[in-house]
Amino acid sequence: MASQNEVDDMIKRIQAAKGVQGLIIIDSEGIPIRTSMDNETTLHYAALISQLTVHAKRVVRELDPSQELEQLRLRSYKHEIIVAPESKYIMIVVQVPEAL
Amino acid sequence: MPAKVGADKKQAHPVVGGAAAQRRLSQSHRGSTGDFRDDDQELGNMPATYMGEHNLFGRQDDQLKLTDTELNEEHTRILTARNPEAAENIVRFSHKERMFKLIPHVDQLAVHFQLDSNLVHKDSEDGKRQLVHDTEDQRIQETEVTTTAVDQDGEVKTKEGEEDDEEKAKKTTASTGKAKKLTNQFNFSERASQTYNNPSRDRETFVEQTPRATISDNVSQWSICDAYNEDFEQQQKAKEKEQKKVSVKKEDERKKKFVVADQHTVDDMTKFTRSKAASISLKILERMINQNTFDDIAQDFKYWEDAADEYREQEGSLLPLWLFQYSMVKKLACTNLTWNTHYNDLFAVAFGSYDFLKQSRGMFVIYSLKNPSFPENIFQTESGVMSLDFHPHYANLLCCGFYDGSVAVYNIADENKQPKYHSTSRNGKHTDPVWQVCWQKDDLDNNLNFYSVSSDGRVVCWTIVKNDLMYTDVVQLKLEKPASQSEEGIPLASLGCGTCFDFNKQQDYLFIVGTEEGKIHKCSKSYNNQFLDTFDAHHMAVYAVRWNKFHSKIFASCSADWTVKIWDINFKDPLFVYDLGSPVGDVVWAPYSSTVFAACTADGKVYVFDLNVNKYEPVCEQIVVQKKRTKLTHITLNQRYPILLAGDDRGNVISLKLSPNLRKKPKVKKGQEVAEGPEAEIAKLEKILSLIRDPDDIKSKSLGQQGTTTSITTN
Repeated sequence: MASQNEVDDMIKRIQAAKGVQGLIIIDSEGIPIRTSMDNETTLHYAALISQLTVHAKRVVRELDPSQELEQLRLRSYKHEIIVAPESKYIMIVVQVPEAL
Repeated sequence: MPAKVGADKKQAHPVVGGAAAQRRLSQSHRGSTGDFRDDDQELGNMPATYMGEHNLFGRQDDQLKLTDTELNEEHTRILTARNPEAAENIVRFSHKERMFKLIPHVDQLAVHFQLDSNLVHKDSEDGKRQLVHDTEDQRIQETEVTTTAVDQDGEVKTKEGEEDDEEKAKKTTASTGKAKKLTNQFNFSERASQTYNNPSRDRETFVEQTPRATISDNVSQWSICDAYNEDFEQQQKAKEKEQKKVSVKKEDERKKKFVVADQHTVDDMTKFTRSKAASISLKILERMINQNTFDDIAQDFKYWEDAADEYREQEGSLLPLWLFQYSMVKKLACTNLTWNTHYNDLFAVAFGSYDFLKQSRGMFVIYSLKNPSFPENIFQTESGVMSLDFHPHYANLLCCGFYDGSVAVYNIADENKQPKYHSTSRNGKHTDPVWQVCWQKDDLDNNLNFYSVSSDGRVVCWTIVKNDLMYTDVVQLKLEKPASQSEEGIPLASLGCGTCFDFNKQQDYLFIVGTEEGKIHKCSKSYNNQFLDTFDAHHMAVYAVRWNKFHSKIFASCSADWTVKIWDINFKDPLFVYDLGSPVGDVVWAPYSSTVFAACTADGKVYVFDLNVNKYEPVCEQIVVQKKRTKLTHITLNQRYPILLAGDDRGNVISLKLSPNLRKKPKVKKGQEVAEGPEAEIAKLEKILSLIRDPDDIKSKSLGQQGTTTSITTN
């Protein structure tokens, strides 16, 4: 089990990585517990993404019940939203990919 | 006669006025009964002579006695229709004027008698109605009572018709009255009144709408199954807890209390950070971000093929891909690179210092190609790590040799960053830096074992036996003594310094060791004291020796004397010699071809040779370092991907992609099958060797040359 420090370090590294606009971590109820963006945007993202994740999970599971959703990427013109759902938490990163 | 008297009295003055006499009557006869009649007066007019005396005509005694004048007075009496009972002045309070006001007109009606009758005038509405009603009843009756009707009709003609009619009507009513219900004589009218309805008004208020959130969910088979599974697991856990609780001691209870208190203060964020799942997800996230950041590099890694290679047959190029840097190792030199045997993208880099004077802590770091920005694992060590090796079967076991002469075995999957086994000075630790370590196959007891070579001249075999590290000296690199020293003193066996070694892939017991003196010894595990053979390979220290991955007899060596040499184990002379112009740090054979090898030098260049293409010149010669004066210390090639890793003395590791020319398979003539596999590689190399060796055959010193060549080909 990674210690608290390591996880904190990782979070900081992700936030400092190139092109990353923000990082949000929300729990299973959709409440953000850690965020690097302003409050309004965070709530917005949290509500929308949690719904989307539920649907995406459903899609994966229905196609093959032994599978589970691991990652979700949503790319738009301006940026890319990367979602990594866990059993209890959902992690969201908004990044401007360098390739664009 | 008294009456007459009265009358006479009256008539006392008839001449004066009959009327006047009449007026006086009330006065004169107050006490009398008043039998006064006009007739009597006319008849009873007595002559006036009788009037003179008061008591003549029967006046009573108690009668009022008035004088004549008084008697002759005229009193006016008026008859009015005024009600004597009614009040004369009624005053009522007027609310309008707020004072009492005299009512001018007082009602003078006096009701003497009142009786409500039940007779209705026949011409009034009610009467007519009644008549109509009665005649209708009559007609009904007429059908029944015909005889009486006839009689009645006959009687109608008489004068008493009307009366008979009424009688008849009465009879009929009387007769019919018994049969039919009497109508209400009083006028029954339905009385309805409408009360005033207040107009209804609407009152509305608007409230701020409560925020709504839609909560929805989908149920499917797998979600039901998941829920059941969870429930089952929880039940299992509960059972286990119960079992554990049975054996709980007081100390444990105390500990539990502490834990409970701790948990209360934990909030969501800390819970999250402590969860194992979080770190995994974060790792994945980080990789995804890096994929985006280094997207073009990732694409290159996969798909870039240098198109220019088509035009230059004899040359290839190296495309720089990721640069692995880590802030904490900037001052350290990369001392070793090794790929993981199991996971093709994982590699370990050892950091230490080659400088004898500047020795400090070291570390080794595990990187993944998927995350170029940060290492996956970092292990810090007390002294510089000089070499690493992953176990071929257990991909998590890593043995390393340190500058201080000790060796250790790490389990990289372990969260605890301490070595599992560590050799100490009691335990056979080397007295000089361990330059290379290498895992071997499990020995007869199925114990893990590995070898290490060090500057103290020993090649040691370490065995992990029951949580302990046991060592065995395999070989001691004894120096050949010059003959002159043998006379005086006890001959001491001084040891040379081993710098590198390598084990033959096919013949496990066979290995070669390179020394600092420039010699390469061919040794066997079973022979402790003697070398099987010695090659005077180089003038300076041998930095690396490597067996060819396909051909069991060929090996390469590189040295600080700027040369790379290819040897055949059976021959004293090298087959190929390449002078690279600066100290060569490392040489490595390609895993995909028996004729390709790469070398890195201290001037920052990487050389790739392909014996199949060009025996004397490198196919690729390229500077890969960014800053000048960076020395490349080690180099390695990936098994699966066409990637080359080069480590330098500034702590950077550069990854390079080999262009197609460097990965060439031999050209196939049309119609022939493409030869693949190790045998083909061996054959390929043999061809080349045979070309070289033909001139050697003439000069060769070893016996049984034909036999050796045949033995080579048949192997």
